[in-house]
Amino acid sequence: MDLIGILEEEQKRKDIPEFGPGDSVRVLVKVVEGGRERTQAFEGVVIARRGGGSRETFTVRRVSYGVGVERVFPLHSPRVERVEVVRRGLVRRAKLHYLRTLKGRKTRIRERK
Amino acid sequence: MIPGMLGRKLGMTQVYDDTGRAVPVTVIEAGPCVVVQKKTVEVDGYNAVQLGLGEIRPRLVNRPLKGHFERAGVKPVRRLAEFRTDAAAACEPGQEVTVDMFEQGDLVAITGVSKGKGFAGGVRRHGFGRGPMAHGSKYHRGPGSLQSRAASRVFKGRKLPGHLGAQATTVKNLTVVRADAERNLLLVKGAVPGPRGQWLAIRRVADRRG
Repeated sequence: MDLIGILEEEQKRKDIPEFGPGDSVRVLVKVVEGGRERTQAFEGVVIARRGGGSRETFTVRRVSYGVGVERVFPLHSPRVERVEVVRRGLVRRAKLHYLRTLKGRKTRIRERK
Repeated sequence: MIPGMLGRKLGMTQVYDDTGRAVPVTVIEAGPCVVVQKKTVEVDGYNAVQLGLGEIRPRLVNRPLKGHFERAGVKPVRRLAEFRTDAAAACEPGQEVTVDMFEQGDLVAITGVSKGKGFAGGVRRHGFGRGPMAHGSKYHRGPGSLQSRAASRVFKGRKLPGHLGAQATTVKNLTVVRADAERNLLLVKGAVPGPRGQWLAIRRVADRRG
């Protein structure tokens, strides 16, 4: 591996569980608010993972008060405290951008056993 | 103190800083360089140190350079560069220069040959505006008017299409994010001229912020 790859490997976190598009996750992020740090949770469906090495990110979508909210998290960021897999989903694509155009019952994802 | 060193660009990536923010960095394989010659006012008219970097097979070194290296008592190197400094007298040929001369937070200026762009038009080379691409416009990316008609000629220095890139470029005031003496790596925030593998001269910048 080249030196850049080695450098990125060192940055990677080993404590992130395996998860992919379609899975529901709960991401605990550290936020600095008025000088002090606290943890905030964001729960939703993983609709994409992109990038490689230490630069990989994932996108979580949830519908909050009727408004779709998506957040992109760097997978190996120290600000991501923990990622909990809530539910495993069965999907047939790597990117679930089509969920943006669907509402209600159509956004359901079958559970993977 | 020696004001700089030589390195090779390895590429870019990102690292997380203490606050968890992702910082874009260029990774440079920096040194270890070797002092090949010191130049002094008495002999050369100015003070400087000549540093060398990179292994080279002896067969590839021409005879004038071979003599130059033998005189310094150092192994032949691929690249040489001079760094002006009044501290030259304190150095000796053969002395090593390593990345531990830098530490996190230092400001550096990095010189390298930028990527060649070939013969480029005015839009790319000088940032000219372009004409409409459609709606019957037949004027797309041309340079526009060159001069007033009264002048009857084009003044010197007129910005026109021509060769772009592949010239020595310096980027100043880059912050050192990490200096890894163990692996001879230097991480600086931001981009650096040239493609991967580009030879770079890294110079310390006096911190004007005090």
